[in-house]
Amino acid sequence: MRRLHMTVNGEPVRAEIEARTSLADFLRDSRLLTGTHIGCEHGVCGACTLLMDGEPVRSCITLAAAADGREIRTIEGYEGDVVMDVIRQCFSECHALQCGFCTPGMLATAYDIVTRLPHADRSRIRVELSGNLCRCTGYLGIINAIEIALRRVHGRPAAAGATRSVA
Amino acid sequence: MKPTSFEYERPDSLDAAMRLLGDNPGAKLIAGGQSLGPMLNLRLATPSLLIDISRLEELRERAAHDGYVVLGAGVRHAEFEDGRVPAVLNGFFERAARQIAYRAVRNRGTIGGSLAHADPAADWPAIMIALAAEVEARSVRGSRRIPAADLPNQALETCLEVDEIITSVRVARCGEGARVGYYRLSAQPGDFAEALAVIVHDPQRGYTQAVLSGARQPPQRLGQTARAVAAHCSGNGKADLPAAVEADLTAISGTHDLTSYEWKVRRASVLRAAQEVCV
Repeated sequence: MRRLHMTVNGEPVRAEIEARTSLADFLRDSRLLTGTHIGCEHGVCGACTLLMDGEPVRSCITLAAAADGREIRTIEGYEGDVVMDVIRQCFSECHALQCGFCTPGMLATAYDIVTRLPHADRSRIRVELSGNLCRCTGYLGIINAIEIALRRVHGRPAAAGATRSVA
Repeated sequence: MKPTSFEYERPDSLDAAMRLLGDNPGAKLIAGGQSLGPMLNLRLATPSLLIDISRLEELRERAAHDGYVVLGAGVRHAEFEDGRVPAVLNGFFERAARQIAYRAVRNRGTIGGSLAHADPAADWPAIMIALAAEVEARSVRGSRRIPAADLPNQALETCLEVDEIITSVRVARCGEGARVGYYRLSAQPGDFAEALAVIVHDPQRGYTQAVLSGARQPPQRLGQTARAVAAHCSGNGKADLPAAVEADLTAISGTHDLTSYEWKVRRASVLRAAQEVCV
């Protein structure tokens, strides 16, 4: 067993874990933060994406032990975050989710796009989203939502046709 | 799936890491874990001990010297993408790194890990061979510099000894007027490359190199292609580029099957990289 000390959603966490425990399993099983979803478990589907020290990472292929001392932000940890509030509102308006399984990972990636790439256009948004799989929406709603969120967060007016449902 | 049980150590110095690795033949190094992580989960890798070297300051070097740069093995793909490393060829690191997997992977994966893993479809091995980089490997027995082209033995296997750690990569800086051709063919952004062609032409140093790698193709240098590109760029007669590319492809694949998908993908990738250089 290994001792672990990290910050999860602003709260200090101490625990003892098996070395082989993934960050995703630790958060879900030990912290009961089940908003982090586990899909493929080998870093391909993006469902488990969360923020570690403010950067999106795959929590299914990041060992909990490797996150020792780090700051973790899961989907449960955006209370009062005005940027995430805007992104969530846009996801709702644009029907950017259906079953919701991919949504926590999508929102973590969307948060990274909106904060890191303020000038991302549709084609850049698509490329940046390529590491997150969604089997319901066909992605258009998600791309629309992020495009609108970028404009709202960075104070730009909506361009004509910005919400049209074409690729 | 979940990994089998293993021990985990995170030594606080390179010396300690080298001692641990030397003393534990069943150990594996882990940095970003973006290739090893999936292999552990799928139980394709079952080490007795993981030695986490991701926080070693000794592996974080990013130094520009006269004529070359030294990049620590622990520098992550995202740092290349964001231009947080000294350049060797204007904008090339940014452009190449941006096409490696996804941002969430690039935030963790390191150049040293990519070179040590030696996946034929990975990006850094081919790029570093095209740049004639040298890889520094250290162990308790000492250190040595390995030309990037000599590092991979075959797919997923390098010439590193079991106790050696890649500590840095040394890359010559290209001169004024140097050009790069880069073509990466994958089914969708972020996928492993089906074919990856890199051509570097630096007239100031009189250096030209062409490298092809891909899913079923460990990185190979394409000598005739490089000579044809150099001849074309210097205006020394007309080079028959497609013929040179086909001769190289025949030599490395041992066949000349013009109808196969792989042949077409490789030929097209090399030619597109070459066209970018030969404008």
